[in-house]
Amino acid sequence: MSTHTITLTVNGREHTEEVEARLTLADLLRERLDLTATHLGCEHGVCGACTVLLDGKPARSCLTLAVQAEGAKIRTLEGLADPEGELHPVQQGFWEKHGMQCGFCTPGIVMSVVELLERDPDPSDDEIAATLGGHLCRCTGYVKIREAVREAVRLRSGSHSPQEIRR
Amino acid sequence: MKPPPFDYVAPPSLDEAVAVLADEDQDSKVLAGGQSLIPLLSLRLAYPDVLVDLGRIDGLGSIEHADDTVVIGAMATQHEAETSHLLHELCPLVPEALANVAHPQIRSRGTVGGSVAHGDPAAELPAVVVALDATVRAVGPNGTRTIAARDLYSGMMTTTLREDEVLTSVEIPTVREGSGSACVEVARRAGDYAMAGAVAQVTVEKGTFADTRLVLFSVSDTPARIDAVERALTGAEAKPEVIARATAAAAEDLDLLADPRVSQDYARHLAEVVARRALTTALERSA
Repeated sequence: MSTHTITLTVNGREHTEEVEARLTLADLLRERLDLTATHLGCEHGVCGACTVLLDGKPARSCLTLAVQAEGAKIRTLEGLADPEGELHPVQQGFWEKHGMQCGFCTPGIVMSVVELLERDPDPSDDEIAATLGGHLCRCTGYVKIREAVREAVRLRSGSHSPQEIRR
Repeated sequence: MKPPPFDYVAPPSLDEAVAVLADEDQDSKVLAGGQSLIPLLSLRLAYPDVLVDLGRIDGLGSIEHADDTVVIGAMATQHEAETSHLLHELCPLVPEALANVAHPQIRSRGTVGGSVAHGDPAAELPAVVVALDATVRAVGPNGTRTIAARDLYSGMMTTTLREDEVLTSVEIPTVREGSGSACVEVARRAGDYAMAGAVAQVTVEKGTFADTRLVLFSVSDTPARIDAVERALTGAEAKPEVIARATAAAAEDLDLLADPRVSQDYARHLAEVVARRALTTALERSA
């Protein structure tokens, strides 16, 4: 059972931690760094609640060992907005359209959508569906989540005409 | 912590990785993207002594055109292959099949080499490499060797790779003029493992099938090349009704894996449907 000293950047802050090889990135974030917005659901890659961005790409933090993240830049929900500041457009979209009910799956979905919109600011319905398909939500039926994503697209593009809100 | 205790090494070179794998005193396992292995660890279905992470070895992630193949480095992610212009143009079956692999958030870390070497009988990539007569390259203590994909899968999640070998690349033959391919599967939910799936590639010359490939996955313990259909179609008139006759006849004789979630009758029905649809779509695309 080997232990390793790793250095990684989480939400712009560098951390150096001593970790057992078997520690997952999710457990590192939650239990060592106290970043508990990243939720753990199934812990084998199916539900998507633990999704974070690893070097800009969505990653299941339960399917990534902390040691694999040596040198990586991680973004979690906590890094999207200042606690006292404005919400990130994706968070604002979820707020406006009530894209959640219990909220357990929301942090992972928000991070996936952040990545999607940074890659494609105006995604097709199919692209949105493919992204949301990687997340289990047992409350909403996804309709409000899709509306929230559309709202986030609109907010990011800077067009604020309410007439444009369709779908 | 869910996974059992293990050691971890991330060697900077293939030689050092192979040296760890060749150490007979410890049970080692190669870690590529981890999207199958880490769940197996967390479910405590796998108990290796040491994980050998390939993630710090340079040069294993390229996708390049070489002669009449596209060479995909083992550590190229499934996302990179799915969005590769080279593969879309020269091996379109690869990106099409990859779109069915789990979810984008998994394909961003899951690797081509990992999926091919893991050999899950329900996975798309092993079926694709068998259908396209791809070749895999592996490095071991005695150097490099190539293995025909058709000889790679020896049983349920078992390959002919030796325990001290690392799969380093997959060479996919480029598509020929007059060819079309397709991947069709039926799964309960998008991104789930298929209950039955098929990949097909046909080449049509002067109205007849000059070459036919059909592989079913998720129906037996390895990707199953359906020789009966390939033989029946090659040389026959390139028409959907000819395909339908051949797939109906072959489905009767399929040796199906027992699956508690899918009855034998339903599995046989699905196998026929996906085989017919994959071949018919491949035929349409060959025009």
